[in-house]
Amino acid sequence: MERDDIIEYSLHAHHSEEDGKKIRKKIFFVTALLSIITAVEVAMGIIWGKSTLDPNGWAWASIKVAFIVMTLVKAGYIVMVFMHLGDERKSLRNVILIPYAIFILYLMFILLTESSFIHEVKNFIGWV
Amino acid sequence: MAGEATQAIDKAELWGGGRSPFSVSYGKMMMWFFLISDALTFGGFLTALGFARHHLADTWPITEEIFFHFPFTHAHLTLMYVALMTFILIISSVTMVLAVEAGHRMDKKGVIKWMLFTVLGGAIFLGSQAWEWATFINGSEYGAYVMQDGTMARLDIDEASQTMTLENLHTGQQITDQALIADIRENNQHIQGANLDRNEYGPQLYANFFFFITGFHGTHVLSGVIINLLILIRSIQGWYEKRGHYEMVEKVGLYWHFVDLVWVFVFTFFYLI
Repeated sequence: MERDDIIEYSLHAHHSEEDGKKIRKKIFFVTALLSIITAVEVAMGIIWGKSTLDPNGWAWASIKVAFIVMTLVKAGYIVMVFMHLGDERKSLRNVILIPYAIFILYLMFILLTESSFIHEVKNFIGWV
Repeated sequence: MAGEATQAIDKAELWGGGRSPFSVSYGKMMMWFFLISDALTFGGFLTALGFARHHLADTWPITEEIFFHFPFTHAHLTLMYVALMTFILIISSVTMVLAVEAGHRMDKKGVIKWMLFTVLGGAIFLGSQAWEWATFINGSEYGAYVMQDGTMARLDIDEASQTMTLENLHTGQQITDQALIADIRENNQHIQGANLDRNEYGPQLYANFFFFITGFHGTHVLSGVIINLLILIRSIQGWYEKRGHYEMVEKVGLYWHFVDLVWVFVFTFFYLI
């Protein structure tokens, strides 16, 4: 039986040839951005390899932070533009991003705290 | 994108029932919910990797000393192969979003063309990963030795002069004292290659995480390629043209971009940091 009470939201997503041009332009901009960021990451990884830097020094720490920031920028563009989450309703965006962020931030906090403790205990009792 | 989601609709009407308050179809919302749960799995994997490498910081290997191989050459090309794989996946993500865009214009030919490129990109990525795994499993030519402090040192023998070098995979330091190397080869444990019960690169967990994280991601790529292929065949058959919209392309697109998104994080946290 054909149902007539279902709203076809996807039909609203259709766009014209001109809109398509604008959207494609944005896609190519994001492509270039993602490629450039990846190239910079690889270059940094090769130039300031972990063998050339003190693993406990500030230089390596700041490179690590730079890597994470660049990754988050890339992830943001993929989710917001390629996955069109930026075009969805704000309520859907929050339902997807906020619970995830809460869970993962907590997990990161607890695992890094615990592993630091385990590392200390291992050094203390001399177990490799 | 000019969808219903961009229109201002009164809150009371949006949440009043009889419609989706998010202005998305059931299928699309369920794809997002699935992606959240899948993202939690990968998030768990990557935070567990962080846990392992943090408490095994004294023996964890330097990735640049391991991933420098490139097909058809013996040159030392640090990280270049992984960078190439990352680039292949980004490009296939772009062709996917172009397929979605073509679908919004009801451009059947465009959808078919871009879906074909996406399937191809995914297949190339899988092939690259097979090569990467084979290289990782086989290990270096002469294997590595377990040092006193638990770190690994990889042996290299120069063919012409028969001089040996031991390179520590944790510190990057080289030992060139021939008598000392001969002594280490005599007394220390020798490991060749990597699998789930031995690992010539460092702690066993390092190899295990390599296989589980890249393997789990590769399985996602494989299923993504298969699903993309199915959607491609249905596009060619004209199912979506008849239906009046290409939302199925958009939904598999979400999954495919997610696979790319995960690789972005794997690339940073496994290979770079």
